[in-house]
Amino acid sequence: MREEWRNFEGGHWVDDINVRSFIQHNYTPYEGDASFLAGPTEATNTLWAKVFDLQKQERAKGGVLDCETEVVSSITAYDAAYIDVETKGLEKVVGLQTDKPLKRAFMPFGGIKMAEQAASTYGYQVNPKFDKIFNDYHKTHNQAVFDAYTDEMKRIRHAHVVTGLPDTYGRGRIVGDYRRVALYGIDRLLEEKKKDFQNCGDGTMVDDVIRLREEIADQIKALAAMKIMAASYGFDIGKPAANAKEAVQWLYFGYLAAIKTQNGAAMSVGRVSTFLDIYIERDLKEGTLTEIGAQELIDHLVMKLRMVKFARIPSYNALFSGDPVWATLEVAGLGQDGRSMVTKNDYRFLHTLENMGPSPEPNLTVLYSKRLPENFRKYAAKISVDTSSIQYENDDVMRPIWGDDYSICCCVSATQTGKEIQFFGARANLAKCLLYAINGGVDEKLGVQVGPEYRPITSQVLDYDEVLKKFEQMMDWLAGAYVNVLNLIHYMHDKYYYEAAEMALIDTNVRRTFATGIAGFSHVVDSLSAIKYAKVTTIRNESGLVIDYKTEGDFPRYGNDDDRADEIATWLLKTFITDIKKHHTYRNSEPTTSILTITSNVVYGKATGAMPDGRKAGEPLSPGANPAYGAEQNGLLASLNSVAKLPYEFALDGISNTQTIAPSTLGTNEEERVSTLVRVLDGYFAKGAHHLNVNVFGVDKLIDAMEHPEKPEYANFTIRVSGYAVKFIDLTKEQQLDVIARSAHTSL
Amino acid sequence: MLGSIHSIETFGNVDGPGTRFVIFTQGCNLRCKYCHNPDTWAKRESNMMDSHDLIKKALRYKEYWGKDGGITVSGGEPLLQIDFLLALFKEAKSKNIHTCIDTSGEPFTKEGEWFAKFQELMKYTDLLLVDIKHIDEKEHIALTGKSGKNIIEMFRYLDEIKKPIWVRHVLVPTITDKDEYLLRTRAFLDTLYNVERIDVLPFHQMGKYKYEALGIPYFLAELNPPSQERIDNAVRILNKRKI
Repeated sequence: MREEWRNFEGGHWVDDINVRSFIQHNYTPYEGDASFLAGPTEATNTLWAKVFDLQKQERAKGGVLDCETEVVSSITAYDAAYIDVETKGLEKVVGLQTDKPLKRAFMPFGGIKMAEQAASTYGYQVNPKFDKIFNDYHKTHNQAVFDAYTDEMKRIRHAHVVTGLPDTYGRGRIVGDYRRVALYGIDRLLEEKKKDFQNCGDGTMVDDVIRLREEIADQIKALAAMKIMAASYGFDIGKPAANAKEAVQWLYFGYLAAIKTQNGAAMSVGRVSTFLDIYIERDLKEGTLTEIGAQELIDHLVMKLRMVKFARIPSYNALFSGDPVWATLEVAGLGQDGRSMVTKNDYRFLHTLENMGPSPEPNLTVLYSKRLPENFRKYAAKISVDTSSIQYENDDVMRPIWGDDYSICCCVSATQTGKEIQFFGARANLAKCLLYAINGGVDEKLGVQVGPEYRPITSQVLDYDEVLKKFEQMMDWLAGAYVNVLNLIHYMHDKYYYEAAEMALIDTNVRRTFATGIAGFSHVVDSLSAIKYAKVTTIRNESGLVIDYKTEGDFPRYGNDDDRADEIATWLLKTFITDIKKHHTYRNSEPTTSILTITSNVVYGKATGAMPDGRKAGEPLSPGANPAYGAEQNGLLASLNSVAKLPYEFALDGISNTQTIAPSTLGTNEEERVSTLVRVLDGYFAKGAHHLNVNVFGVDKLIDAMEHPEKPEYANFTIRVSGYAVKFIDLTKEQQLDVIARSAHTSL
Repeated sequence: MLGSIHSIETFGNVDGPGTRFVIFTQGCNLRCKYCHNPDTWAKRESNMMDSHDLIKKALRYKEYWGKDGGITVSGGEPLLQIDFLLALFKEAKSKNIHTCIDTSGEPFTKEGEWFAKFQELMKYTDLLLVDIKHIDEKEHIALTGKSGKNIIEMFRYLDEIKKPIWVRHVLVPTITDKDEYLLRTRAFLDTLYNVERIDVLPFHQMGKYKYEALGIPYFLAELNPPSQERIDNAVRILNKRKI
């Protein structure tokens, strides 16, 4: 074995690229409590104070501190750069996206128009030569997509019945296995990719082979560039990492290559915690590292992940508010052999929220199981109670499908690390689809034909069977139109904005999923329930279009553990994914769906007319799989049970649920609050649920933070929203009000 | 057996040990000035629920209870529906569910059939959450509209049969928050040996909007919650057992 691999137990990983094998052979489970953890070092405090100050300046400048206008970003576009050159010796993990901290790179390949607009919105003018280069000499992804769009695609996009499509921004959600850089070094990875290139195809040139050969060639170039980038910082990452510090650094260089070349909507870091612990444990045993030093390494890595920035256009910010990048990073989970994968490092990552305060990034995710050590479950719950900064996902439902080395590639979706990628597909607005079914494909907001001209419903009082039949037909159409537009987008993204750096760190023969999504979920369920169990009368405008509804009588609502409503919910999900699966998906990817809206529920809601469930036109949709505003009448657990009934197998891309609990509801003291939260998580996930965002605070705090964002205690006030965490004061006012409205309800 | 139910809370963490399925019954004889659930006062039968269905419902939350949780019946006044309570808890115990009653004790009497039922009910009850609304009989009537004598009698009986209780004392400035009353309350508690826990519940204004919505006069609208200092003081006095 190589010297860098001293004292590691061998296995399949030695001969082939297989990080999972390395982890399973070498990690040390930890069952103890948090008492071993170390506080921040002087260096950490000094550096974090600088970053904190830069973040303050950034906010004061309207959200962007600095923006590149002259250099097209690439792996090697910039020389080495530091938080502050004066104190560069303090940085245990080095590397910035551009030449200055928090400065946003110029990334035109997703779309030159957007890249220019992103800069100009914040007062920066990109050098006009780029406009010529990326319009006249070379095309970008966004242009290519619009060149090929059909009229129907433009229509459904304009009407927002399919919405948030990755045609104006990078699709993201591709997680390179950044651990490979540390474990194998770039030279070995290059060697393997060259072998793959040799073995690609039998020499006959068909589309698939040509495309893949070109892609491998790009991956090889990206690997070579990573070495050059690392060399500018004085490191040779051709060789494997020889100790913990190098392992963290090598891994970060891999990630840095990704965020220098892609501004994807989610740029996950992946499942790195247990992996890095192996190196730290070895150094601790060899006496070359202390716990203080180990924590410092993790703090500094996390600090870098808190600094990831992309230039965004206003319409993107409206969808995904608060400047998120989804640097998602997982801790915990169980191995296939039943051992807990919790290591001391999983504590260290959560502990960064104590050492450097709450933060939305990295998007820390606990892969939860009741079988995780109790000490760890309590520690995670404590961090939730104190910081509201982490999310939980059910390892017991994901492990059987994705194994024990999956990463969360955006907010909540799993992919096997280094083996799989996902084509991200935004979401179909099923709330609008239901309204289209009633109005015969005419958009209730625009008053024009968007969907197919099926016969509309003409009766005054809605009949459940009639509505259901028409809704099924309309949903079938929408699923087809939706898959169609995504196929086109991903074809163009591969062609014009290929993720060479990430793909270089993933197996060449990669498995692909095709992630569709649903918006407006709870409103469709409640509306159908209203039509079935109450009396819903249509209200029409002068041209006969249904624009509102009068609903009389009680009806069961999703969110109360009432099977009458919850059965409609499961039916809706199953019907939609069944419709999606009928269609061919790009590169033979496997179709999945999610019930996950991110903060886009506000924007989607604006484009959606009144619903039979009582939701008024333009009001925000409830986010993700959350029950509708005010629907929950039996407390949190009834609401959780409703969501938990949705079978994960129908929504393998994730079922997101966000709940805010007032501290006083959880218990009278911290110890009680922690135990209660552990019980909630144990119970919810034992029911087979997939995901939970947990916020612990009262409404008064939200209102005060909205009214007094300048108070120092709110600078880092982090909350979980559907799919990620965000600094509350960075949300738009509309979204702040939306969060307050939801929280006010749940606390009463 | 049907009971008149106000509402269900599936996530009760301050109504007995652990996380609890709380059934709020409808109807109460007392009119405590500080009550934050005046919507449960009126005796009406608009929402009747079957005890067997409620047990089935409650069991859907078993996974969240851990080793401590269970069912709590609160109100309103649960003891006004003792037949329903008996049926509910009998079945709960057959399913090994921890049972708890949150009661004022006002309906308590040692007379006749009701007492026989109460004795039977205690066989299926693990814990009671009880309160001495006011230790002074005159003040008790002023605060709640009724005498506190049968409440005291219930305390004595529960002590006699060694039934565990948690005492929850509502601290209302100017009404119960006087050292004299707190000391007298403590002196009474000193005579009991079944008290497992004493909680001080500071008066709050969160029920105010309900009075407005229901059009019921609310006498404490201008009253501020007690200061932290007074809360600490009450905790100190009420938890000090005389040796």
